Amino acid sequence: MARVEILVTISSDQDIVVARQKGRSLALELGFSSGDATLIATAISELARNIVSYAGSGQIALKDVQGSTRVGITVAASDNGPGIPNVSQALRDGFSTSGSLGLGLPGVRRLMDEFEIVSKPGQGTNVVVKKWRP
Amino acid sequence: MAKRDESSELLRELVAHLRQNRTQLREEWVGRISETRLLTAMTKEEIFAEATSVYDSYVEALETETFEALQAYARNLSERIIPRGVETHEVVGIVLLLRDVLGRSLFAKYQTDFKKLNRILDAYEPAANRIANTVAVGFVQERERVIRQQQEAIRELSTPVLQVRERLLILPIIGVIDPQRARQLTEQLLRGIRTNRAKVVVIDITGVAAMDVTVANHLVQTVEASRLLGATVIVTGLSPEIAQTLVTIGVDLGKMNTVGDLQGGIEQAERLLGYKVMALAEPS
Amino acid sequence: MEVPILKQGAVLIATFQAALSDADLNHLRSALVQQVVRFRSRGVIVDVTAMDVMDSFASRTLREIAHMIRLRGAETVIVGIQPEVAFAMVQLGLTLEGVATALDLEEGLAYLNQKFKTMK
Repeated sequence: MARVEILVTISSDQDIVVARQKGRSLALELGFSSGDATLIATAISELARNIVSYAGSGQIALKDVQGSTRVGITVAASDNGPGIPNVSQALRDGFSTSGSLGLGLPGVRRLMDEFEIVSKPGQGTNVVVKKWRP
Repeated sequence: MAKRDESSELLRELVAHLRQNRTQLREEWVGRISETRLLTAMTKEEIFAEATSVYDSYVEALETETFEALQAYARNLSERIIPRGVETHEVVGIVLLLRDVLGRSLFAKYQTDFKKLNRILDAYEPAANRIANTVAVGFVQERERVIRQQQEAIRELSTPVLQVRERLLILPIIGVIDPQRARQLTEQLLRGIRTNRAKVVVIDITGVAAMDVTVANHLVQTVEASRLLGATVIVTGLSPEIAQTLVTIGVDLGKMNTVGDLQGGIEQAERLLGYKVMALAEPS
Repeated sequence: MEVPILKQGAVLIATFQAALSDADLNHLRSALVQQVVRFRSRGVIVDVTAMDVMDSFASRTLREIAHMIRLRGAETVIVGIQPEVAFAMVQLGLTLEGVATALDLEEGLAYLNQKFKTMK
């Protein structure tokens, strides 16, 4: 199967919609169920939203990923924003910066199968999440 | 680099040979297939048709030295023959037979030039092995996918969402709940709420084997998701131990509708539904 | 994107579409409140059947709509959340707490009628 890579520039709230719609399409193309495609699109929406809210602009890369016996999708959200000062705190459920759900990272982690984040103040943020097709 | 060129050159020669002798080699192969009693689930015509496709894909893979098309074909083929009852050893068997038939024809052709035969085999063998591997793996993957699908279907059948009265669903949860099953239960229930337009759902957990934090979380999520679809959830069969677990993970039991046993839960559900019916029937 | 807001007696019905941006949602929030005031509506139904994704912003906007409309003396019901969307929402921790929900338009209207009776 041909490798797919879709890059979406995120700089406005409209891009959030574009990114999640492309994510849903790719997920369905890769054979994910409609329910899983919704989970993936929701995760993308939250990640894109973080980029707009905290960094102003960034990028979301959508890729198919081939395991030895299964197929999956990778979503990489990256930006050159201020970075997250305390990543482990941000990952703890219930933590919020502004009284709402804050970064929603614990939620994004629940939606997907794998979750990785690299973020340092002054060095931007990079979140990579994966979901495998059962 | 020179070796690679030479290898490609030889493969080209090999491919030309295989194309020239296509009819004869294919026939020989089909003969070997029926001799060894493989693909008994298929008719002679079907075997011939598939053999032709496999042969051509095989030669093409050798020629292009790429395997995506072959992989796609292998999956496609598997999709078709798995429902017919064709098994893994048969698929591996016929591909190895083809490899042997082609190998033998190379021996026959180059038997007078031992050096050349060796070089041709050096080029042929890795490619042929990769092909056998690709087809076998493709078949196995497809088979695994089918098995997973069947397991999913069985799980669905074994966890029925019951419509007992109009607008009332009951979901008895029995046995071990792993995350996958929990998720499936929730999805089934939500679909059921929508299809049956249920206003009240009674989830009975009397039969749940073990209630740990993960399962408790799934339960809470199911209750919350049901509410988003406008349905009220009553949880029955809550033992004191389970109630403790729920409190430990921070569930506000005051917010969750709980009743001791299933019968009591159904009665409360009917009251909830009945009450609404009465209110609307009042003259305005 | 124009979202149609229909008036059915004392109830306003807003049908959200699929690809609403943040700006669209903000606009909708103001429009709905304006209409409630204008028509002195007693209830609002927000139909999100077409929304294939409900993220944190959409969820917060719906809660804000309900809150602002309640301040004007009217009741809000969110209807049509799809099973898949509901599932994704609870994974994300979005529960629309404090906001009434119903299965569809019919149920939403029944809910509001019930409410109006008790509010009399």
